[in-house]
Amino acid sequence: MSGPRDELSRVVRDQAGRLAASLTHLLGDFSAAEDLVQDAIEAALRRWPVEGVPDRPDAWLFTVARNRGLDVLRRQARYREKLTQLQWPTREEPDDRLRLLFTCCHPALPRQAQVALTLRTICGLTTGQIAAAFLVPESTVAQRITRAKRKITDAGIPYRIPSDSELPERLQEVLTVVYLLFNEGYLSSTGDGVWSRRLAEDAEWLASSLAWTLPREPEVIGLLALIRLHQARAAGRFDADGRIVLLPDQDRERWDHAAIAEAGQLIARAAASGRPGPYQLQAAIVACHAEAPRWEDTDWAQIVVLYDMLLAIAPSPVTRLHRAIALRYRAGPEAAMHELDGLAGHLDRYPLFHATRAELLRALGAPEEAREADRRALDLTANPAQRAILEDRISWT
Amino acid sequence: MKYVLMFAETAQYAEDFAAMTDAERQAAYDEVGRWFTDHAARITHHVHLKPAHTATTMRKVDGHAEVTDGPFVEGKEIVSGFVEIEVANLDEALVVARTWPACPIIEIRPADA
Repeated sequence: MSGPRDELSRVVRDQAGRLAASLTHLLGDFSAAEDLVQDAIEAALRRWPVEGVPDRPDAWLFTVARNRGLDVLRRQARYREKLTQLQWPTREEPDDRLRLLFTCCHPALPRQAQVALTLRTICGLTTGQIAAAFLVPESTVAQRITRAKRKITDAGIPYRIPSDSELPERLQEVLTVVYLLFNEGYLSSTGDGVWSRRLAEDAEWLASSLAWTLPREPEVIGLLALIRLHQARAAGRFDADGRIVLLPDQDRERWDHAAIAEAGQLIARAAASGRPGPYQLQAAIVACHAEAPRWEDTDWAQIVVLYDMLLAIAPSPVTRLHRAIALRYRAGPEAAMHELDGLAGHLDRYPLFHATRAELLRALGAPEEAREADRRALDLTANPAQRAILEDRISWT
Repeated sequence: MKYVLMFAETAQYAEDFAAMTDAERQAAYDEVGRWFTDHAARITHHVHLKPAHTATTMRKVDGHAEVTDGPFVEGKEIVSGFVEIEVANLDEALVVARTWPACPIIEIRPADA
Protein backbone atom coordinates (compact mmCIF):
# COMPACT_ATOMS: atom_id res chain seq x y z
CA MET A 1 0.00 0.00 0.00
CA SER A 2 1.30 3.42 -0.83
CA GLY A 3 1.97 5.91 1.96
CA PRO A 4 0.73 9.50 2.28
CA ARG A 5 3.91 10.83 0.65
CA ASP A 6 3.54 8.61 -2.43
CA GLU A 7 -0.09 9.56 -2.73
CA LEU A 8 0.79 13.25 -2.36
CA SER A 9 3.50 12.91 -5.03
CA ARG A 10 0.97 11.39 -7.39
CA VAL A 11 -1.74 14.00 -6.77
CA VAL A 12 0.73 16.89 -6.92
CA ARG A 13 2.16 15.69 -10.21
CA ASP A 14 -1.27 15.20 -11.75
CA GLN A 15 -2.94 18.28 -10.30
CA ALA A 16 -0.50 20.96 -9.09
CA GLY A 17 -0.03 22.53 -12.50
CA ARG A 18 -3.76 22.47 -13.14
CA LEU A 19 -4.46 23.98 -9.74
CA ALA A 20 -1.88 26.74 -10.17
CA ALA A 21 -3.13 27.39 -13.69
CA SER A 22 -6.77 27.74 -12.65
CA LEU A 23 -5.88 30.01 -9.71
CA THR A 24 -3.62 32.14 -11.92
CA HIS A 25 -6.31 32.35 -14.55
CA LEU A 26 -8.82 33.68 -12.05
CA LEU A 27 -6.58 35.89 -9.93
CA GLY A 28 -4.52 37.17 -12.82
CA ASP A 29 -1.59 36.98 -10.42
CA PHE A 30 1.01 34.30 -10.98
CA SER A 31 2.87 34.79 -7.69
CA ALA A 32 -0.17 34.69 -5.45
CA ALA A 33 -1.57 31.58 -7.15
CA GLU A 34 1.72 29.76 -6.97
CA ASP A 35 2.14 30.56 -3.27
CA LEU A 36 -1.33 29.23 -2.50
CA VAL A 37 -0.58 25.89 -4.16
CA GLN A 38 2.78 25.55 -2.39
CA ASP A 39 1.16 26.34 0.96
CA ALA A 40 -1.43 23.65 0.33
CA ILE A 41 1.25 21.08 -0.58
CA GLU A 42 3.23 21.90 2.53
CA ALA A 43 0.08 21.58 4.65
CA ALA A 44 -0.53 18.14 3.12
CA LEU A 45 3.07 17.12 3.88
CA ARG A 46 2.42 17.91 7.55
CA ARG A 47 -1.13 16.72 7.95
CA TRP A 48 -1.64 13.64 5.79
CA PRO A 49 0.89 11.48 7.67
CA VAL A 50 -1.01 12.32 10.90
CA GLU A 51 -4.63 12.58 9.77
CA GLY A 52 -4.51 10.08 6.91
CA VAL A 53 -4.94 10.68 3.19
CA PRO A 54 -8.28 12.36 2.47
CA ASP A 55 -10.85 10.62 0.25
CA ARG A 56 -10.47 13.19 -2.52
CA PRO A 57 -6.89 14.42 -2.19
CA ASP A 58 -7.09 16.78 -5.17
CA ALA A 59 -10.21 18.49 -3.81
CA TRP A 60 -8.54 18.68 -0.39
CA LEU A 61 -5.54 20.52 -1.87
CA PHE A 62 -7.83 22.81 -3.80
CA THR A 63 -9.92 23.65 -0.72
CA VAL A 64 -6.85 24.40 1.37
CA ALA A 65 -5.36 26.58 -1.38
CA ARG A 66 -8.65 28.42 -1.77
CA ASN A 67 -9.13 28.95 1.96
CA ARG A 68 -5.57 30.21 2.36
CA GLY A 69 -6.27 32.57 -0.48
CA LEU A 70 -9.30 33.84 1.38
CA ASP A 71 -7.24 34.34 4.55
CA VAL A 72 -4.51 36.22 2.75
CA LEU A 73 -6.85 38.28 0.62
CA ARG A 74 -9.58 38.91 3.19
CA ARG A 75 -9.02 42.63 2.94
CA GLN A 76 -9.10 42.60 -0.82
CA ALA A 77 -12.79 42.28 -1.56
CA ARG A 78 -12.64 42.08 -5.32
CA TYR A 79 -10.36 39.03 -5.14
CA ARG A 80 -12.53 37.44 -2.50
CA GLU A 81 -15.55 37.47 -4.72
CA LYS A 82 -13.55 35.87 -7.51
CA LEU A 83 -12.08 33.21 -5.22
CA THR A 84 -15.43 32.11 -3.84
CA GLN A 85 -16.60 31.51 -7.41
CA LEU A 86 -13.85 28.93 -7.96
CA GLN A 87 -15.02 25.31 -8.28
CA TRP A 88 -13.10 22.05 -8.14
CA PRO A 89 -12.73 20.19 -10.41
CA THR A 90 -12.24 23.14 -12.70
CA ARG A 91 -13.60 23.18 -16.18
CA GLU A 92 -11.02 21.40 -18.31
CA GLU A 93 -8.89 24.07 -19.95
CA PRO A 94 -5.91 22.26 -21.42
CA ASP A 95 -4.30 25.53 -22.47
CA ASP A 96 -4.03 26.87 -18.93
CA ARG A 97 -1.16 24.67 -17.85
CA LEU A 98 0.64 25.29 -21.11
CA ARG A 99 0.27 29.02 -20.59
CA LEU A 100 1.83 28.59 -17.16
CA LEU A 101 4.72 26.60 -18.65
CA PHE A 102 5.45 29.39 -21.13
CA THR A 103 5.39 31.92 -18.28
CA CYS A 104 7.86 29.87 -16.23
CA CYS A 105 10.16 29.44 -19.25
CA HIS A 106 10.01 33.04 -20.47
CA PRO A 107 13.35 34.04 -22.05
CA ALA A 108 13.49 37.13 -19.82
CA LEU A 109 14.12 34.79 -16.85
CA PRO A 110 17.52 33.22 -16.20
CA ARG A 111 17.73 29.55 -17.17
CA GLN A 112 18.19 28.26 -13.61
CA ALA A 113 15.12 30.19 -12.52
CA GLN A 114 13.13 28.74 -15.44
CA VAL A 115 14.03 25.24 -14.29
CA ALA A 116 13.27 25.89 -10.62
CA LEU A 117 10.02 27.68 -11.38
CA THR A 118 8.80 24.92 -13.71
CA LEU A 119 9.56 22.22 -11.14
CA ARG A 120 7.85 24.12 -8.40
CA THR A 121 4.83 25.49 -10.23
CA ILE A 122 4.05 22.81 -12.80
CA CYS A 123 5.45 19.70 -11.11
CA GLY A 124 4.68 20.82 -7.56
CA LEU A 125 8.13 20.14 -6.05
CA THR A 126 9.00 22.06 -2.89
CA THR A 127 12.11 24.27 -2.75
CA GLY A 128 13.72 21.62 -0.53
CA GLN A 129 13.18 18.92 -3.14
CA ILE A 130 14.51 21.11 -5.96
CA ALA A 131 17.55 21.99 -3.86
CA ALA A 132 18.19 18.28 -3.17
CA ALA A 133 17.88 17.38 -6.84
CA PHE A 134 20.39 19.98 -8.01
CA LEU A 135 22.62 19.85 -4.93
CA VAL A 136 22.40 23.56 -4.16
CA PRO A 137 21.41 25.17 -0.85
CA GLU A 138 17.67 25.51 -0.33
CA SER A 139 18.10 29.24 0.28
CA THR A 140 19.58 29.57 -3.23
CA VAL A 141 16.56 27.90 -4.81
CA ALA A 142 14.18 29.98 -2.71
CA GLN A 143 15.98 33.16 -3.75
CA ARG A 144 15.94 32.21 -7.45
CA ILE A 145 12.20 31.56 -7.26
CA THR A 146 11.49 34.76 -5.35
CA ARG A 147 13.50 36.86 -7.81
CA ALA A 148 11.87 35.19 -10.79
CA LYS A 149 8.36 35.72 -9.43
CA ARG A 150 9.15 39.35 -8.73
CA LYS A 151 10.44 39.79 -12.26
CA ILE A 152 7.31 38.17 -13.73
CA THR A 153 5.21 40.79 -11.97
CA ASP A 154 7.50 43.82 -12.27
CA ALA A 155 8.65 43.31 -15.85
CA GLY A 156 5.12 42.53 -17.03
CA ILE A 157 5.79 38.98 -18.26
CA PRO A 158 2.37 37.87 -19.51
CA TYR A 159 0.52 34.65 -18.76
CA ARG A 160 -0.15 33.52 -22.32
CA ILE A 161 0.71 31.09 -25.06
CA PRO A 162 2.96 32.83 -27.60
CA SER A 163 1.50 33.63 -31.01
CA ASP A 164 2.41 31.46 -34.00
CA SER A 165 5.19 33.80 -35.07
CA GLU A 166 6.82 33.75 -31.61
CA LEU A 167 6.16 30.07 -30.93
CA PRO A 168 9.20 28.41 -32.54
CA GLU A 169 11.66 30.45 -30.48
CA ARG A 170 9.64 30.37 -27.26
CA LEU A 171 8.97 26.67 -27.62
CA GLN A 172 12.73 26.24 -27.84
CA GLU A 173 13.08 27.63 -24.30
CA VAL A 174 10.41 25.29 -22.96
CA LEU A 175 11.92 22.24 -24.67
CA THR A 176 15.37 23.16 -23.36
CA VAL A 177 14.07 23.24 -19.79
CA VAL A 178 12.35 19.85 -20.18
CA TYR A 179 15.48 18.43 -21.79
CA LEU A 180 17.66 19.79 -18.94
CA LEU A 181 15.35 18.26 -16.36
CA PHE A 182 15.51 14.93 -18.11
CA ASN A 183 19.29 14.99 -18.47
CA GLU A 184 19.66 15.81 -14.80
CA GLY A 185 17.39 12.89 -13.96
CA TYR A 186 18.79 10.46 -16.54
CA LEU A 187 22.37 10.67 -15.34
CA SER A 188 22.33 12.93 -12.37
CA SER A 189 25.43 15.01 -11.74
CA THR A 190 24.63 14.59 -8.06
CA GLY A 191 23.93 10.86 -8.10
CA ASP A 192 20.95 11.01 -5.74
CA GLY A 193 18.93 8.03 -6.94
CA VAL A 194 15.45 8.86 -5.72
CA TRP A 195 15.15 12.47 -6.79
CA SER A 196 16.97 12.04 -10.06
CA ARG A 197 14.53 9.32 -11.09
CA ARG A 198 11.67 11.60 -10.12
CA LEU A 199 13.12 14.38 -12.32
CA ALA A 200 13.31 12.06 -15.32
CA GLU A 201 9.67 11.07 -14.80
CA ASP A 202 8.62 14.70 -14.41
CA ALA A 203 10.39 15.54 -17.66
CA GLU A 204 8.64 12.68 -19.46
CA TRP A 205 5.31 13.82 -18.08
CA LEU A 206 5.94 17.43 -19.18
CA ALA A 207 6.99 16.29 -22.65
CA SER A 208 3.87 14.17 -23.06
CA SER A 209 1.62 17.02 -21.83
CA LEU A 210 3.26 19.31 -24.39
CA ALA A 211 2.82 16.75 -27.17
CA TRP A 212 -0.83 16.38 -26.19
CA THR A 213 -1.42 20.14 -26.48
CA LEU A 214 0.85 20.83 -29.46
CA PRO A 215 0.51 17.64 -31.56
CA ARG A 216 1.72 19.34 -34.73
CA GLU A 217 5.10 20.50 -33.42
CA PRO A 218 7.63 17.91 -34.64
CA GLU A 219 10.32 18.90 -32.13
CA VAL A 220 7.90 18.39 -29.22
CA ILE A 221 7.17 14.88 -30.50
CA GLY A 222 10.89 14.36 -31.12
CA LEU A 223 11.73 15.26 -27.52
CA LEU A 224 8.99 12.98 -26.20
CA ALA A 225 10.32 10.10 -28.35
CA LEU A 226 13.87 10.80 -27.14
CA ILE A 227 12.84 10.69 -23.48
CA ARG A 228 10.65 7.58 -23.98
CA LEU A 229 13.52 5.74 -25.68
CA HIS A 230 15.93 6.47 -22.83
CA GLN A 231 13.32 5.51 -20.26
CA ALA A 232 12.58 2.28 -22.19
CA ARG A 233 16.19 1.21 -21.68
CA ALA A 234 16.31 2.20 -18.00
CA ALA A 235 15.93 -1.35 -16.64
CA GLY A 236 19.10 -2.44 -18.45
CA ARG A 237 21.27 0.52 -17.48
CA PHE A 238 22.05 -0.37 -13.89
CA ASP A 239 22.85 -3.69 -12.23
CA ALA A 240 21.47 -4.90 -8.90
CA ASP A 241 24.12 -2.89 -7.02
CA GLY A 242 23.25 0.35 -8.82
CA ARG A 243 26.36 0.23 -11.01
CA ILE A 244 26.16 1.44 -14.61
CA VAL A 245 26.05 -1.32 -17.22
CA LEU A 246 27.62 -0.08 -20.46
CA LEU A 247 25.58 -0.30 -23.65
CA PRO A 248 27.41 -3.29 -25.21
CA ASP A 249 26.89 -5.31 -22.00
CA GLN A 250 23.25 -4.43 -21.38
CA ASP A 251 20.67 -7.22 -21.36
CA ARG A 252 18.43 -6.08 -24.21
CA GLU A 253 15.71 -8.47 -23.04
CA ARG A 254 15.13 -6.09 -20.15
CA TRP A 255 14.39 -3.11 -22.36
CA ASP A 256 10.76 -2.11 -22.83
CA HIS A 257 10.31 -3.14 -26.46
CA ALA A 258 6.69 -2.00 -26.68
CA ALA A 259 7.77 1.51 -25.60
CA ILE A 260 10.63 1.42 -28.12
CA ALA A 261 8.19 0.54 -30.92
CA GLU A 262 5.85 3.36 -29.86
CA ALA A 263 8.73 5.83 -29.82
CA GLY A 264 9.61 4.69 -33.34
CA GLN A 265 6.10 5.61 -34.43
CA LEU A 266 6.44 9.02 -32.77
CA ILE A 267 9.67 9.65 -34.68
CA ALA A 268 7.99 8.66 -37.96
CA ARG A 269 5.06 10.98 -37.19
CA ALA A 270 7.43 13.88 -36.47
CA ALA A 271 9.50 13.17 -39.57
CA ALA A 272 6.36 13.30 -41.75
CA SER A 273 6.20 17.07 -41.10
CA GLY A 274 9.43 17.52 -43.06
CA ARG A 275 10.87 19.84 -40.40
CA PRO A 276 13.83 18.01 -38.85
CA GLY A 277 15.34 19.38 -35.64
CA PRO A 278 17.87 18.49 -32.97
CA TYR A 279 15.46 16.52 -30.77
CA GLN A 280 14.08 14.46 -33.64
CA LEU A 281 17.63 13.63 -34.78
CA GLN A 282 18.78 12.71 -31.28
CA ALA A 283 15.72 10.49 -30.93
CA ALA A 284 16.54 8.82 -34.25
CA ILE A 285 20.10 8.13 -33.04
CA VAL A 286 18.87 6.56 -29.79
CA ALA A 287 16.33 4.56 -31.83
CA CYS A 288 19.21 3.07 -33.86
CA HIS A 289 20.60 1.66 -30.60
CA ALA A 290 17.26 0.68 -29.12
CA GLU A 291 16.11 -1.17 -32.24
CA ALA A 292 19.33 -3.16 -32.75
CA PRO A 293 18.72 -6.75 -31.56
CA ARG A 294 22.37 -7.07 -30.49
CA TRP A 295 25.26 -4.60 -29.98
CA GLU A 296 26.96 -6.15 -33.04
CA ASP A 297 23.91 -5.25 -35.16
CA THR A 298 24.12 -1.51 -34.43
CA ASP A 299 23.81 0.52 -37.65
CA TRP A 300 26.85 2.76 -37.10
CA ALA A 301 26.81 4.09 -40.67
CA GLN A 302 23.28 5.39 -40.10
CA ILE A 303 24.27 6.85 -36.73
CA VAL A 304 27.21 8.75 -38.24
CA VAL A 305 24.88 10.16 -40.95
CA LEU A 306 22.40 11.30 -38.27
CA TYR A 307 25.22 12.97 -36.30
CA ASP A 308 26.30 14.76 -39.50
CA MET A 309 22.75 16.08 -39.92
CA LEU A 310 22.65 17.10 -36.25
CA LEU A 311 25.97 18.95 -36.55
CA ALA A 312 24.67 20.79 -39.62
CA ILE A 313 21.68 22.09 -37.61
CA ALA A 314 23.23 22.48 -34.16
CA PRO A 315 27.03 22.37 -34.18
CA SER A 316 28.56 21.66 -30.77
CA PRO A 317 31.78 20.07 -29.50
CA VAL A 318 29.82 17.53 -27.42
CA THR A 319 27.93 16.37 -30.52
CA ARG A 320 31.24 16.09 -32.40
CA LEU A 321 32.54 13.93 -29.56
CA HIS A 322 29.59 11.57 -29.88
CA ARG A 323 30.02 11.43 -33.64
CA ALA A 324 33.65 10.49 -33.06
CA ILE A 325 32.52 7.60 -30.83
CA ALA A 326 30.23 6.34 -33.62
CA LEU A 327 33.03 6.82 -36.13
CA ARG A 328 35.22 4.49 -34.09
CA TYR A 329 32.89 1.59 -34.89
CA ARG A 330 32.54 2.49 -38.54
CA ALA A 331 36.05 3.63 -39.47
CA GLY A 332 38.26 2.48 -36.58
CA PRO A 333 39.94 4.05 -33.53
CA GLU A 334 42.51 6.04 -35.52
CA ALA A 335 39.84 8.00 -37.40
CA ALA A 336 38.01 8.63 -34.11
CA MET A 337 41.23 9.74 -32.38
CA HIS A 338 41.90 12.17 -35.20
CA GLU A 339 38.48 13.76 -34.56
CA LEU A 340 39.16 13.92 -30.82
CA ASP A 341 42.48 15.70 -31.36
CA GLY A 342 40.54 18.50 -33.02
CA LEU A 343 38.32 18.87 -29.93
CA ALA A 344 41.02 19.03 -27.27
CA GLY A 345 40.76 22.78 -26.68
CA HIS A 346 36.96 22.71 -26.36
CA LEU A 347 36.25 19.83 -24.00
CA ASP A 348 39.12 19.79 -21.49
CA ARG A 349 36.67 20.01 -18.58
CA TYR A 350 34.25 17.39 -19.92
CA PRO A 351 34.80 13.94 -18.32
CA LEU A 352 33.39 11.95 -21.25
CA PHE A 353 36.02 13.49 -23.53
CA HIS A 354 38.82 12.05 -21.41
CA ALA A 355 37.03 8.72 -20.87
CA THR A 356 36.58 8.37 -24.65
CA ARG A 357 40.23 9.26 -25.26
CA ALA A 358 41.19 6.61 -22.73
CA GLU A 359 39.20 3.95 -24.58
CA LEU A 360 40.69 4.91 -27.92
CA LEU A 361 44.25 5.02 -26.52
CA ARG A 362 43.70 1.54 -25.11
CA ALA A 363 42.48 0.32 -28.51
CA LEU A 364 45.53 1.92 -30.11
CA GLY A 365 47.90 0.15 -27.72
CA ALA A 366 48.86 3.00 -25.38
CA PRO A 367 47.75 1.75 -21.91
CA GLU A 368 49.83 4.24 -19.91
CA GLU A 369 48.35 7.28 -21.66
CA ALA A 370 44.93 5.64 -21.40
CA ARG A 371 45.20 5.37 -17.62
CA GLU A 372 46.26 9.01 -17.44
CA ALA A 373 43.16 10.03 -19.44
CA ASP A 374 40.91 7.91 -17.18
CA ARG A 375 42.37 9.66 -14.12
CA ARG A 376 41.63 13.03 -15.70
CA ALA A 377 38.03 11.90 -16.34
CA LEU A 378 37.72 10.70 -12.74
CA ASP A 379 38.86 14.08 -11.44
CA LEU A 380 36.01 15.73 -13.33
CA THR A 381 33.19 13.30 -12.46
CA ALA A 382 30.82 13.72 -9.51
CA ASN A 383 28.33 10.95 -10.31
CA PRO A 384 29.16 7.91 -8.13
CA ALA A 385 28.08 5.31 -10.72
CA GLN A 386 30.32 6.89 -13.36
CA ARG A 387 33.18 7.14 -10.86
CA ALA A 388 32.87 3.42 -10.12
CA ILE A 389 33.37 2.53 -13.79
CA LEU A 390 36.42 4.77 -14.13
CA GLU A 391 37.95 3.51 -10.88
CA ASP A 392 37.49 -0.07 -12.09
CA ARG A 393 39.19 0.67 -15.37
CA ILE A 394 42.15 2.39 -13.77
CA SER A 395 42.83 -0.50 -11.40
CA TRP A 396 42.35 -3.34 -13.91
CA THR A 397 44.08 -2.12 -17.01
CA MET B 1 2.53 49.33 -19.07
CA LYS B 2 5.22 51.84 -19.92
CA TYR B 3 8.55 50.44 -21.07
CA VAL B 4 11.79 52.21 -21.91
CA LEU B 5 13.82 50.69 -24.73
CA MET B 6 17.44 51.69 -24.28
CA PHE B 7 19.53 51.34 -27.43
CA ALA B 8 23.22 50.56 -27.07
CA GLU B 9 25.92 50.68 -29.70
CA THR B 10 28.99 48.49 -29.85
CA ALA B 11 32.45 49.36 -31.17
CA GLN B 12 31.83 46.98 -34.09
CA TYR B 13 28.54 48.66 -34.94
CA ALA B 14 30.14 52.12 -34.91
CA GLU B 15 32.95 50.88 -37.19
CA ASP B 16 30.51 49.27 -39.62
CA PHE B 17 28.45 52.44 -39.68
CA ALA B 18 31.52 54.62 -40.33
CA ALA B 19 32.55 52.34 -43.20
CA MET B 20 29.21 52.77 -45.03
CA THR B 21 28.81 54.88 -48.17
CA ASP B 22 26.60 57.97 -47.92
CA ALA B 23 23.82 56.13 -49.78
CA GLU B 24 24.01 53.17 -47.41
CA ARG B 25 23.96 55.45 -44.42
CA GLN B 26 20.93 57.25 -45.79
CA ALA B 27 19.17 53.90 -46.31
CA ALA B 28 19.91 53.00 -42.69
CA TYR B 29 18.46 56.32 -41.48
CA ASP B 30 15.40 55.73 -43.65
CA GLU B 31 14.85 52.34 -42.03
CA VAL B 32 15.00 53.91 -38.58
CA GLY B 33 12.54 56.58 -39.78
CA ARG B 34 10.17 53.84 -40.98
CA TRP B 35 10.44 52.09 -37.60
CA PHE B 36 9.36 55.27 -35.82
CA THR B 37 6.43 55.67 -38.22
CA ASP B 38 5.39 52.00 -37.85
CA HIS B 39 5.32 52.21 -34.05
CA ALA B 40 4.19 55.83 -33.73
CA ALA B 41 0.96 54.76 -31.98
CA ARG B 42 2.89 53.17 -29.14
CA ILE B 43 5.80 55.56 -28.77
CA THR B 44 5.13 58.12 -26.07
CA HIS B 45 8.56 59.71 -25.88
CA HIS B 46 11.90 59.42 -27.60
CA VAL B 47 15.36 60.88 -27.17
CA HIS B 48 18.49 60.42 -29.21
CA LEU B 49 21.67 61.09 -27.23
CA LYS B 50 24.76 62.95 -28.43
CA PRO B 51 27.84 60.73 -28.95
CA ALA B 52 29.50 59.07 -25.98
CA HIS B 53 32.47 61.49 -25.85
CA THR B 54 30.08 64.26 -24.78
CA ALA B 55 29.12 62.37 -21.62
CA THR B 56 30.11 63.29 -18.08
CA THR B 57 29.69 60.93 -15.16
CA MET B 58 29.24 61.82 -11.51
CA ARG B 59 29.89 59.15 -8.90
CA LYS B 60 28.85 59.78 -5.35
CA VAL B 61 31.26 58.09 -2.96
CA ASP B 62 30.89 58.61 0.80
CA GLY B 63 28.94 61.81 0.32
CA HIS B 64 31.63 63.15 -1.99
CA ALA B 65 30.79 63.74 -5.66
CA GLU B 66 33.49 62.69 -8.10
CA VAL B 67 33.10 63.97 -11.64
CA THR B 68 34.82 62.24 -14.56
CA ASP B 69 34.62 62.47 -18.32
CA GLY B 70 32.96 59.82 -20.49
CA PRO B 71 29.92 57.57 -20.14
CA PHE B 72 29.23 55.61 -16.94
CA VAL B 73 29.66 52.32 -18.77
CA GLU B 74 33.33 52.30 -19.59
CA GLY B 75 33.01 49.22 -21.76
CA LYS B 76 32.43 48.67 -25.44
CA GLU B 77 28.69 49.23 -25.27
CA ILE B 78 27.36 52.76 -25.15
CA VAL B 79 23.77 53.84 -24.69
CA SER B 80 22.89 55.96 -27.71
CA GLY B 81 19.26 56.81 -27.12
CA PHE B 82 15.97 55.68 -25.66
CA VAL B 83 12.33 55.35 -26.52
CA GLU B 84 9.39 55.14 -24.18
CA ILE B 85 6.50 52.98 -25.35
CA GLU B 86 3.08 52.10 -23.98
CA VAL B 87 2.16 48.42 -24.48
CA ALA B 88 0.25 45.74 -22.53
CA ASN B 89 3.14 43.55 -21.41
CA LEU B 90 6.74 42.46 -21.93
CA ASP B 91 5.92 40.25 -24.91
CA GLU B 92 4.45 43.22 -26.78
CA ALA B 93 7.50 45.30 -25.90
CA LEU B 94 9.66 42.50 -27.31
CA VAL B 95 7.66 42.50 -30.54
CA VAL B 96 8.34 46.23 -30.96
CA ALA B 97 12.02 45.90 -30.03
CA ARG B 98 12.53 42.98 -32.42
CA THR B 99 11.87 45.14 -35.47
CA TRP B 100 14.34 47.88 -34.42
CA PRO B 101 16.62 48.21 -37.47
CA ALA B 102 19.68 49.96 -36.00
CA CYS B 103 22.19 49.36 -33.18
CA PRO B 104 22.35 45.79 -31.92
CA ILE B 105 21.65 45.91 -28.16
CA ILE B 106 18.37 46.92 -26.57
CA GLU B 107 17.64 46.91 -22.86
CA ILE B 108 13.93 46.76 -22.11
CA ARG B 109 12.75 47.96 -18.74
CA PRO B 110 9.38 48.87 -17.32
CA ALA B 111 9.06 52.48 -16.22
CA ASP B 112 6.81 53.82 -13.52
CA ALA B 113 3.85 55.54 -15.09
